[in-house]
Amino acid sequence: MISDEVRTQSNIISEYRYTTGKIDKGYNNRTLYVNVGTGEIREKPVTQMMKDKLIGGKGFGLWYLWNAVTPETRWDDPENEIVISTGPLGGITQYPGAGKSLVVTISPLTGMPMDSNVGGHFGPLLKFAGFDSIELQGKSEEDVIIFIDGNEGIVKIEKSPLKVSDSHLIGEQMAHVFSENEEDKKNVSVVSTGSAAEHAFMGLLNFTFYDARRKKIRMKQAGRGGTGTVFRNKRIKALVVRFRGVNRGLNNPVNQDILNETGVKMHREIHENDAKQNRMREVGTAGLIEIMNAYDLLPTHNFKYGSHRDASKISSEIFKKMVTQNMPDGCWYGCSLSCAKAVDNFELKTGPYKGEKVLVDGPEYENAAGLGANLGIFDPQYVIEGNFYCDTYGIDTISFATTTAFIMECFENGIINREVTGGLDLKFGNREAALELLHQMGRGEGFGKIAGLGVRRLKQIFIEKYGADPGFLNDIGMEQKGLEYSQYLPKESLAQQGGYGLTNKGPQHDEAWLIFMDMVNNQLPTFEDKAEALHYFPMFRTWFGLNGLCKLPWNDIVPADNKKEADPTKVPGHVRNYVSIFYAVTGIQVDNDEIIRQSERVYNLQRIFNVRMGCGRRVNDRVPYRSQGPVTVEEYESRAERYDGQLLELAGFDPEGKTTAEKMAVLRKYREDQYEKLIDAVYERRGWTNNGIPTIKKLKELGMDLPELLAVVEKLQ
Amino acid sequence: MKILQKKLELCTQCRVCEMECSRTWFKEEKSEKSRIRIHQDNLLTCTQCGECIKICQVQAIYRDKFGVIKVDRKKCIGCFMCVGFCPERAMFMHNDYAEPFKCVACGKCVQKCPTNAIYILEEAAG
Repeated sequence: MISDEVRTQSNIISEYRYTTGKIDKGYNNRTLYVNVGTGEIREKPVTQMMKDKLIGGKGFGLWYLWNAVTPETRWDDPENEIVISTGPLGGITQYPGAGKSLVVTISPLTGMPMDSNVGGHFGPLLKFAGFDSIELQGKSEEDVIIFIDGNEGIVKIEKSPLKVSDSHLIGEQMAHVFSENEEDKKNVSVVSTGSAAEHAFMGLLNFTFYDARRKKIRMKQAGRGGTGTVFRNKRIKALVVRFRGVNRGLNNPVNQDILNETGVKMHREIHENDAKQNRMREVGTAGLIEIMNAYDLLPTHNFKYGSHRDASKISSEIFKKMVTQNMPDGCWYGCSLSCAKAVDNFELKTGPYKGEKVLVDGPEYENAAGLGANLGIFDPQYVIEGNFYCDTYGIDTISFATTTAFIMECFENGIINREVTGGLDLKFGNREAALELLHQMGRGEGFGKIAGLGVRRLKQIFIEKYGADPGFLNDIGMEQKGLEYSQYLPKESLAQQGGYGLTNKGPQHDEAWLIFMDMVNNQLPTFEDKAEALHYFPMFRTWFGLNGLCKLPWNDIVPADNKKEADPTKVPGHVRNYVSIFYAVTGIQVDNDEIIRQSERVYNLQRIFNVRMGCGRRVNDRVPYRSQGPVTVEEYESRAERYDGQLLELAGFDPEGKTTAEKMAVLRKYREDQYEKLIDAVYERRGWTNNGIPTIKKLKELGMDLPELLAVVEKLQ
Repeated sequence: MKILQKKLELCTQCRVCEMECSRTWFKEEKSEKSRIRIHQDNLLTCTQCGECIKICQVQAIYRDKFGVIKVDRKKCIGCFMCVGFCPERAMFMHNDYAEPFKCVACGKCVQKCPTNAIYILEEAAG
């Protein structure tokens, strides 16, 4: 442990003093700008236009980033920024899931704006320290830390005193240095990444919070798209905020009573129903494993199949025994859904911390599905171990898992061999090899260093260096727009193929999760139905990221009488709650339609940002065939009855007496054609051209006909 | 351990207990500011079970040396999770106050109850 003496005056590179203020109806109306290259620190106003059109969170992040970069900017250019913002509702302590931060940057994986939604206490404490967002720009020549003292009104860039490079240690040490005693640690939150983010493009950011009961520093992850890689490239070791004095009223809402009453209503609902519904308080999101497996949706062996006979070995019942029960596991105050589970005193069996007993945040569904099922490794101890190392090394578990699954399939197909992998026997099911690959990523060595570049670049390397068949790799490489797929098998749900494919940042399920509505409940029979869902749900879900909210308390718990509502899938009771609390904080009365319009403004800004960066067109929305249908003979034959039936009923093709290859070709043509029709319908519903460009008419309707945006889309109409 | 106990069959719902409690703790007579509450056919009182201690993220709720559960107002951040999670619905909130409140078995209401429908039980700890 480093001592306080390490921080001496001579280590301060730059210092800025500001007047602490009072939040007004959810906004500080200012942003903190820090340039680690030049040492410049200053305040920037949050304009009325930003509040009116962009709300906050991801909206602010995208706007600052837009103004910071050019179409030529690459992820590692100094002008690239990392913007972290809450939103007007961020930091309220009454309603579950109100402590989220939105991280926006140009991604090393996609080359486009990335947004990642993360819990932990940084966003709310930053807000209480006086800022709606923080913009980090420039590149330092030496490792630095940034410290914001939210009570004294001081921001400093200092030379980093840290000798450690992994997040669980950085978080602990920074909390120690910047707090006076154990009790004071609750007032500190640290953003950091780990050693792997030095090399891998899938680096994540860890946001800490102090768990008062365990007396431990815990971490939540801004996982997707390489935000941690950008952070390390700027040579920031830690971003620390301290604010003492959190209480219920710091947002200065226009109506505290509504917040109190709506919050208590939700707490009561969760108390009464969670154990009967999704058991978030018991097992967190890991409860999904057996459900996905039962519906043939759990990706196994690089998304080849949707279920596995050994899935019960990583089911929620197993994890329930491993995570400590009856703990208040909210990642911000007032979150009674409490999904942030943790395994205590887990003894590590591999890697640099072998033999140490650590706290592991998780496992979440994505960890268990990705590290477990998708790699064919049904070992819960290994899942926890992989979960810990991914987090502390600063590696996105989703990208790691999907990339490793791709590598394993390539290995088993002889595209690469032990010579290429440096001796690693990367077959499905080999947990030692998977963990060693992860440790190599941490050390920046061997094949692990190459794997850290992600599926898109690996495809290129395997094609160019090892003569792989580009068609096959593009079919099985589960990335789109450069981002690896998250862990749901969308093959049998056209709507979810679009739910992944027609996203702004790449195939992440936070925009739309329509599998049950589409495939299981058959609620979206027509293209128009699917298009409506692929308009409404991505827009509605975007709204959480504008406001500093978590999506889970919207539909991972529903009111007991939800089924009686006209459209239960939208959970209207909770939408009414959001309308209420948005008014309670900001004083602005919205309705469900206005929520959607607020999101559409930012959604279209992000789409146009993609266009500006050279993506964001129809061609970028196409998906790998593995996400649409069976790529290989064994995939087809494993579900031959299903596919044969579809050929006959849907494609008008009699499979009788045909070879598997013939049937696969017809099925593929049918499914790809369906996806194109889906794109047509969705673009039309979203107000985009047939090439996926937002129309000027749509932008005018939304009040987003800003000159900067029009300049990008006008020539493409 | 001190616990307020009830004999529902004796309660006439006269609300004297609510008024006494509210006057004692908040200097005004309002049912919605009472820490004992008549609700439908029930009398909501704290059983000092301690469920709320487990719920609280900031450890503002604790059991004192008499076994009575109390809220430390200095630590409380006003999330009201304890209000939603109390199995007896006996943790209360009022919009005039930043923190929740509950029965601390002070016994003031017992003294006023005209039908002896409530009483204080003292149990050995453990």
